[in-house]
Amino acid sequence: MQQSYTESIREAAKRLLSEKRVEAVIGFRKGTIPFMNEPFLARTVEQADLLIWDGNCAMNLANYLPKRTGSVAITAKGCDSRSIVIHLLENQIKREQLYILGIPCRGMTDKRKIADNLNGREIIEVEETGEKLRVLGRDFEQSFERTEFLEENCAVCTHKNPVLCDELLGEPVEEQQIDRYEEIRKIEALPPEQKRLFFDELIQPCIRCYACRNACPACYCPTCFVDESKPQWVGKTTDPTDTRTFHFLRAFHVAGRCTDCGSCERACPVGIRVRLFTRKLEKEVKELYGYEAGVVQDERPPLDAFRPDDPEPFLG
Amino acid sequence: MPDIRISKENFPGAIKQLMDRYRVFAPVKKGRFHEFALLQNVEQADLGFSNTLLSPKGLFHPQAERMFEYSLAREDPNAGILKEAQKDFSPRVILGIRPCDAKAFELDDANFNTESIKDPWWVQRRETTTMIGLACESPCSTCFCTSMGTGPFDTAGLDVLLVNIGEGYAARALTEKGTKVLEITSGCSSPAGDHLPLAERQQAAEQRIGTAFDPAAIAKKEMLELYNSPAWEEVQFACLNCGACTFVCPTCWCFDIQDEVCADKGDRLRLWDSCMFPLFTLHGSGHNPRSNKIQRVRQRFMHKLKYYQDKYNSGPACVGCGRCVQACPVNIDIRQVGQKMASPDCSCSI
Repeated sequence: MQQSYTESIREAAKRLLSEKRVEAVIGFRKGTIPFMNEPFLARTVEQADLLIWDGNCAMNLANYLPKRTGSVAITAKGCDSRSIVIHLLENQIKREQLYILGIPCRGMTDKRKIADNLNGREIIEVEETGEKLRVLGRDFEQSFERTEFLEENCAVCTHKNPVLCDELLGEPVEEQQIDRYEEIRKIEALPPEQKRLFFDELIQPCIRCYACRNACPACYCPTCFVDESKPQWVGKTTDPTDTRTFHFLRAFHVAGRCTDCGSCERACPVGIRVRLFTRKLEKEVKELYGYEAGVVQDERPPLDAFRPDDPEPFLG
Repeated sequence: MPDIRISKENFPGAIKQLMDRYRVFAPVKKGRFHEFALLQNVEQADLGFSNTLLSPKGLFHPQAERMFEYSLAREDPNAGILKEAQKDFSPRVILGIRPCDAKAFELDDANFNTESIKDPWWVQRRETTTMIGLACESPCSTCFCTSMGTGPFDTAGLDVLLVNIGEGYAARALTEKGTKVLEITSGCSSPAGDHLPLAERQQAAEQRIGTAFDPAAIAKKEMLELYNSPAWEEVQFACLNCGACTFVCPTCWCFDIQDEVCADKGDRLRLWDSCMFPLFTLHGSGHNPRSNKIQRVRQRFMHKLKYYQDKYNSGPACVGCGRCVQACPVNIDIRQVGQKMASPDCSCSI
């Protein structure tokens, strides 16, 4: 099924490029290592033949849109399309610049979960056929059911189909009804001291490389608060205070804007589950304002607007 | 000193003897990954690793180093005078470092330890550290050390080379410091004899590593031809401009110096920085000579693969450890970029 997306993406990209409907197409090309693809800008019909789609297209391509000039087509899963909506609402790109190739998404593969099942053996090659994964190493071969090894955000995703597109490249997939916040409630229930310890341990491996921030489509500030230098807002060390400040502030800044695409977690080189922060704030926004980021196109995000009847339980 | 053998049974005892005399750092499994950590007990050391997620550069060039401290208290007669912060330079051993990482420190010496400029902390840490390397018998598919002028059995920068020979380790002293640590552990070792299968093992390991690209071809090219190549446009597109590649890299040494002041006490810190960050080159005037992503992406590859070669008349500032290939969230692969840079028209066959 993913194979057919590759064909339809190429076909659409070639058509749009040759008709000069767009100047370029943002998609993925095959990566150089297992479970990785590279975001790619196809500018010619020949380059369109490099575009592919499989379970390793997790990075949110909406990240490449802010402040873009000219017309561009973009392949968009459910989460990417929601981030595009956020960008449209926040005036980062104009609708008329965009041609959205919608991809009903079957979820992305969690490479770390697969690796956990291989006892340290290195994966040299992966073949994805339908929902089957065949993983090859130097002296082993193992098969996996892809649906059991989805990225955590995909496993709890409730918007697999694009919310906005110009062309849908496949039949819509079934959306699931699922409790997205079971784990968050468990953390909420921890006594304060344990909660602090939990967070400190969670972010202890952080090397402050900002891959989470830079992989995030919602993080497009011309100068991020961690880069403010006159005066400096946040310390640059890996002390718990500095690291905590970065992660907490980043999570607050994307509250009501984060679409839980999971790019932050996938990008983190040391495997920090940063979505535990963003999902907590997603839950708050949903409970307070009944709002899900990027689903509705004609309403300002709640933290972007004031209404006299906004709930204020904290003033209690 | 002739080569010796240490059996698997005796190996923990040998580590223990080292721990009695040195601070011993070794690969320790933490969560999903290995990292070089100060051993609290022998059992923590895990030499069954491929390589650590982060390079061991932090042991010589810490991510956040307190260089100086000072007081700003009015009544303090020494107010405003920098005092060197206390550091531990007691002898230490890095056990199980891979040859690529040891080679990386030799490349980094070009920055921290030269005739005219000596970074005192880098130099002291280098002098007080004995590096016991572990030959790499199962290189990863992302390894390309042999293309970068080193290799899985390279002894450059090492004091001892250990080779896993199945029933134990063969050890070869390469320096005086190396001889000393092998003498300390001599109660746990036996003579190696003449039939160590090291050459065959080295050959087998080297054969598993493919050729990535030829850095000499990049050295021969005109700098401006590379600098102005249209190929950067394609290379840079995916880049997120995070610092993952530079932070995991053993030869990325760039840093920033900052003062942190709390009430009337201050610290002067040296912090890892990254050419991927816009702030890295931001001038006080507000001008930024590398304000665009394409300039920063080009800088990283040009520095490693071109400028370093030209400046020091040596090989590249890359040891082919493959960490950046594994860590990059968007799969920008230095092997592919190197191929582009080395090819006549900066194109790439992949």
